Amino acid sequence: MKKSKPGLYAPLGVGAFMLIPMSNNNLVSIADYSKEEILAILDSAADFETNPNRKTLDGKVIATLFFEPSTRTRLSFETAVIRLGGSIIGFSDAATSSSSKGETLNDTIHMVSCYADAIVMRHPLEGAARYASEVSPVPIINAGDGANQHPSQTLLDLYSILKTQGTLENLTISLVGDLKYGRTVHSLIMAMSHFHPTFKFIAPDELKMPDEYKVFCKKNNIPFTEVFELADNFNDSDILYMTRVQKERFQDLMEYERVKNVYTLKNSMLENTKPNLRVLHPLPRVTEIDPDVDSNEKAYYFKQAQNGLYVRQAIVSKVLAP
Amino acid sequence: MEKELKVAALRNGTVIDHIPADKLYKVVSILHLDNCEQQITIGNNLDSAKVGKKGIIKISERAFAEDETNKIALIAPFAKINIIRDYQVVEKRPLTLPEEIKEIVQCANPNCITNNQPVTTRFHVMNNEGEIMLKCHYCEREVKRDEVKIR
Repeated sequence: MKKSKPGLYAPLGVGAFMLIPMSNNNLVSIADYSKEEILAILDSAADFETNPNRKTLDGKVIATLFFEPSTRTRLSFETAVIRLGGSIIGFSDAATSSSSKGETLNDTIHMVSCYADAIVMRHPLEGAARYASEVSPVPIINAGDGANQHPSQTLLDLYSILKTQGTLENLTISLVGDLKYGRTVHSLIMAMSHFHPTFKFIAPDELKMPDEYKVFCKKNNIPFTEVFELADNFNDSDILYMTRVQKERFQDLMEYERVKNVYTLKNSMLENTKPNLRVLHPLPRVTEIDPDVDSNEKAYYFKQAQNGLYVRQAIVSKVLAP
Repeated sequence: MEKELKVAALRNGTVIDHIPADKLYKVVSILHLDNCEQQITIGNNLDSAKVGKKGIIKISERAFAEDETNKIALIAPFAKINIIRDYQVVEKRPLTLPEEIKEIVQCANPNCITNNQPVTTRFHVMNNEGEIMLKCHYCEREVKRDEVKIR
């Protein structure tokens, strides 16, 4: 990671100034963080969990620019900042921003960076966060750019895995559902590659794990298997990571109707699983986890969402660290 | 006869030979030769033992920087670049695919920021088990070298 420095105004001549973006402490992609940086964030999150209310961001203003809606991510980032004594500006809907008038992302970022010390941004276009980080004089935290990256989700997934398993090393992780378009599973593979995992990819043909991630696993000596059925195929797993099978991903709706129930986790399916197994889901869930699982001690997805608060406190603190 | 001589003889300049016939006009586009003021001779669908039908471009009084000619390596890796001075070939320049390619390639992902906002494209050239892939610097999607779209 590059170290944070404020933007500088370089004189071009009398009365003329150009904003030169300086290197920032951005979080755009999980690949930007080394293993050591990931572990440092998780350590810091554990510290914030013991005491989430501090005044370390006193006087700081954080902008949350949500060009598309999000519930958990925006609320947890905003809660994280407020509990650290910082203030929030921003918008939760692009329709209420100048982008609806045709303003470019470049201009929006430059304008907001005049007011805020850091920017948390969700944008529907893939690569928007990387681009913003290149033009912004203040740190950018990617809160999701289209189907590309959502690194704070990945870090909270890692924190949840670490908390429930006591380690990140040598775990067997089953990834279920939309493995083709699901950004959370792609980022999780990349982040877990530091910790010698074994993966099981459970998905219908239409939503199989893309080849580039299988190539990534092979290159990094990560064993994986691919199966179609959910039931009885995760009994050896430590983590069952569920994702939503989205109707709009299917060209053939009859195919969707056929597979959607194959990927519904029911309480009875957890009977023969390992005692330490925990069920994770980035939420929102629809039909892929039956409500009867919620009361099972192996269901961890709501606590996982709570962990997002501490992890985001750690992220915001890191990007604003001197 | 005189016309043939004009085409064949280049006193000073650059000859790009062995361009696959279907890539000739993309090379013209990549090097921005449509805006070039020097004399240019373009031949296409010429017989070639190496590539079947080939194209050739001769540009008079023009030298290209290596990073310019290397852009051609993306679509015509076996093209030959000869630098001519006083009717002599003074340099046979090998083509090397650069590690990063700017501007000339369009991202195949319609939801990429580069296809929706005024952002210059950047691609990282990668070798995936012997297959050359281009990874978009912004949306991180990968595309095979043979499937790239030239802007």
